[in-house]
Amino acid sequence: MMNLLPLIVLMTSFLAAMVIFMLPEQEHRLRSLVNLGAAVLKIALILLLIQYVVAGFRPELRLEVLPGLSMILRADALAMLFAGLSSMLWLFTTLYAIGYLEGSPNRSRFFGFFSLCVASTMGISLAGNLFTFFIFYELLTLSTYPLIVHRGTPESLRAGRIYLAYTLSGGAVLLIGIVAIYALAGDIEFGDLQRVAEMAPDLHPLLHLVFALLILGLGVKAALVPLHGWLPIAMVAPAPVSALLHAVAVVKAGAFGIVRVVYDVYGIDYSWQQGLLTPLAIVASITILYGSLRALQQTDIKRRLAYSTVSQVSYIILGITLFGPLGTIGGLVHLLHQGLMKVTLFFCAGNYAETLGIHKINELDGVGTRMPLTSAAFTVGAFGMIGLPPVAGFISKWYLGTGALLAGMDWVVAVLVASSLLNAAYFLPLLYRIWFKPVPDSWPHEMITRYRDTAPLLLFPALATALLSIAAGLFAGLQISPVGWAELITLREYLP
Amino acid sequence: MMLNAPIPLLMITPLAAAVICMLLSERSRLLVSFAAVLIQLLASLSLLLLLLQQGPITHPLGSWEAPLGIALRADGLAVLFVLMTSVVAGIAALYAALYLTPGPLRAHFWPLFWFMWAALNGIWLAADIFNLYVGLELLSLAAVGLVAFSGSKEALVAAIRYLLAALLGSLAYLLGVALLYGAHGTLSLSDLSQQMQPGVASSIALAAMAMGLLLKSALFPLHTWLPPAHGGAMTPVSALLSALVIKASLYILLRLWIELRIHELAPDASQLLGWMGALAIAWGGWMALRQTLLKRVVAYSTVAQIGYIMLMFPLLRADNAEASTLALQGGVLMVLSHALAKAGMFLAAGNLILCTGRPELSALAGTSQYRPLSIFGFGLAGVSLMGLPPSGGFSAKWLLLQSALASAQWWWIPVMLLGGLLSAAYVFRVFHYSFKEAENSDTFHRPGVGLEICALALSAASILLGFIATWPLHLLTLPDILPLAVLPEGSLEQSLELLQTPTYETLHGTSEQQP
Repeated sequence: MMNLLPLIVLMTSFLAAMVIFMLPEQEHRLRSLVNLGAAVLKIALILLLIQYVVAGFRPELRLEVLPGLSMILRADALAMLFAGLSSMLWLFTTLYAIGYLEGSPNRSRFFGFFSLCVASTMGISLAGNLFTFFIFYELLTLSTYPLIVHRGTPESLRAGRIYLAYTLSGGAVLLIGIVAIYALAGDIEFGDLQRVAEMAPDLHPLLHLVFALLILGLGVKAALVPLHGWLPIAMVAPAPVSALLHAVAVVKAGAFGIVRVVYDVYGIDYSWQQGLLTPLAIVASITILYGSLRALQQTDIKRRLAYSTVSQVSYIILGITLFGPLGTIGGLVHLLHQGLMKVTLFFCAGNYAETLGIHKINELDGVGTRMPLTSAAFTVGAFGMIGLPPVAGFISKWYLGTGALLAGMDWVVAVLVASSLLNAAYFLPLLYRIWFKPVPDSWPHEMITRYRDTAPLLLFPALATALLSIAAGLFAGLQISPVGWAELITLREYLP
Repeated sequence: MMLNAPIPLLMITPLAAAVICMLLSERSRLLVSFAAVLIQLLASLSLLLLLLQQGPITHPLGSWEAPLGIALRADGLAVLFVLMTSVVAGIAALYAALYLTPGPLRAHFWPLFWFMWAALNGIWLAADIFNLYVGLELLSLAAVGLVAFSGSKEALVAAIRYLLAALLGSLAYLLGVALLYGAHGTLSLSDLSQQMQPGVASSIALAAMAMGLLLKSALFPLHTWLPPAHGGAMTPVSALLSALVIKASLYILLRLWIELRIHELAPDASQLLGWMGALAIAWGGWMALRQTLLKRVVAYSTVAQIGYIMLMFPLLRADNAEASTLALQGGVLMVLSHALAKAGMFLAAGNLILCTGRPELSALAGTSQYRPLSIFGFGLAGVSLMGLPPSGGFSAKWLLLQSALASAQWWWIPVMLLGGLLSAAYVFRVFHYSFKEAENSDTFHRPGVGLEICALALSAASILLGFIATWPLHLLTLPDILPLAVLPEGSLEQSLELLQTPTYETLHGTSEQQP
């Protein structure tokens, strides 16, 4: 039974997707019920799995799909980190999407693919080897495409095309890397570090090449500069889809893949000894600074947030490249923190657009008076991104900074400081406009007038994730907090 | 019944059904056909059981032993193709019964369909090169008839072109058969494989046979007859042609290549086939991107996929057992998954055309909104054709990639991956049209549920194949038809050394040059 749990977790979203596809378009209530029911059930199942993992079990299920090649679903501590994040944010994003899409056509298709996306994300987090990871990684690409082109306008079709061109090419490069490492070392399961560590020294250059291929392939979804071009363009998608791309699933899948490659395929010791981490740290640093600089230039709120994602996701990768427990904790914990804070910001941006038709930064003037709660949530998210305590972002940056010093990579601290200044430079003007500028005579396109702030289904998820961002920072000392969990993973990584 | 002797049953049932169908009224034809499909399914299953129990089976027809008489044989490869035919043709028959409106058109379909099936089974089970010729000829005539029978002017033109190409191919093949018989005095494949002497006559014979078979398989640049024939035929016929009929000549080519040890004697010819395949992938994909008619996209996709299958030939290396086994497994799996996916895709395309009432791609706008099931069937098949996981197409690609690495022929890797991206481009182009905003409301027709289920079943099977691929691959070892393919323990490491030495040296060399 315990070993079946990973499959059951996967199946809850998968079956929900199938049921939703089958439901007639007008069955809105039933569809919402299936959606939310599956989301809640999934969280419960993940909590159950976490209990097992804490107790030291490792539930796992395998199926041989080709001779000598297995599909493995396995719940280890790292898997639970990502699965826990996605399943929790999933619930809020689903709630938000139900509110967001009220009255619009094609909801059956939308929610079907939405659930398929979360199924793929669960598969990515529970994958027990690179082969399984790749299966769900590509499935994620396929199931996001219909969401990006959902509106069917020429811009969204163009965004979909660009998204596919980037991600499928990245997938092809990743596939070369995976096939090559299988040819070199056989079916490496995650965490089986002996195979690479014991490889003959004359094979090391080849292993380095494969490492580069794997990172190149994964870097597309993780939006490493210069592979990030699809992310700002995909902004035309509806706000729940942006939340999905930026916080819950897609960029996270790339970053999570890099975590797996470094920690569970090559091993942090080997990567460090062979000097594989420094180039990656440099790429991540460039991405952090470049993303922030580009964010500064944007006048569209969602585009600014998109470039901010480019920058913030690389904090995760930067943390991984810092050899030592503190850097690892910083990277892993930012996987969660960035998700919480960015999803809040996108919910709020969606609320501004849906309630008052605000898309541009200069239209934000005085919106704090009209939509105080949404604006408060937005402020929390922005503070977190800058790294102000007590919001979660501060914790990430603290661990990253001390981790860098311990790893002897002092220049990383300079990158962190510069990037925090840039974060402040592109978020504080927004907050100034929201709270301190006078209220304009009319809003660009006011659509929701019934409520003081905005529709409850749009407001509640934003407030909830904002509160969680603060809680993650305030209660960082508890074992169930993101930091506590990241410490557990790190402990198991460094002291096997 | 005769289920304990499935081989004659597999041959006699379709022939008998063809003849009976010609004699009966239209209504009874349908009933006879259903009964015959059922018998075929049972017979192929019992053949499978027999194979698993007893190993490969040889069956002399009419009690005459080879070399005089006609022998049929069923090894793992043959049984795999018999099963593939039963599944695909069975579902296509169901689709045809629902799709074709009652009338003379449907009446003509059944005899031709059964002749086609008889020819296919004859080819899969043939043990000598002349029997293969007979099968090929019957297959071509039945297939041409199936293309022509819709009666439209384009279909007739396409059918005539197809007929000319097929006849030319058969003639070339027959020439080779005659030369081989003259040189060796036998037609049996197993005898030939033992007696084969390298020489001018044999070389010319094999070259002629290969040319004929490539023409029938529509390998670039001999493919021009295929898109109008496959794209212009009626939907169930398109599915049968693309999924099964072109596989027959590929199957014969593979048999010759392995059993007559061409892969060992003429590795250059294998490389040539591979490069023609690479060009086919590029050209077929490029042309598929430029079509305006939905079924033409699918037809050009077949041209590209044939190229993919061809990539197994240069990877069948006599000096590398590991690579050869992987190549054979990958190639055969590619054939199987293409058969399922392409049949599913043609049927789904037919359903979409029924929805919109027009054959153009541009008519698809709004279908993803109002007919998601039809698009879904198309999409599932597309996943397998693009080689994305999880699907039979992906597993096949994985094996071929592994084989390319194991035999240190790294140049096929970019060919396969770029080919996959190209197929993604033309499959997603169809989605692109279907996701376009439609101004009109739901004005689409509704294809019957049965039609949708047929398409979905085949497409889903091509996905499922990705999960159960070990099972068909196991059949391939009954017996190991690659003489060298018996892998001793630890051979993986050995072949890895083969692979790594050159790669490492190249790496090492460049790193030394740079400083």
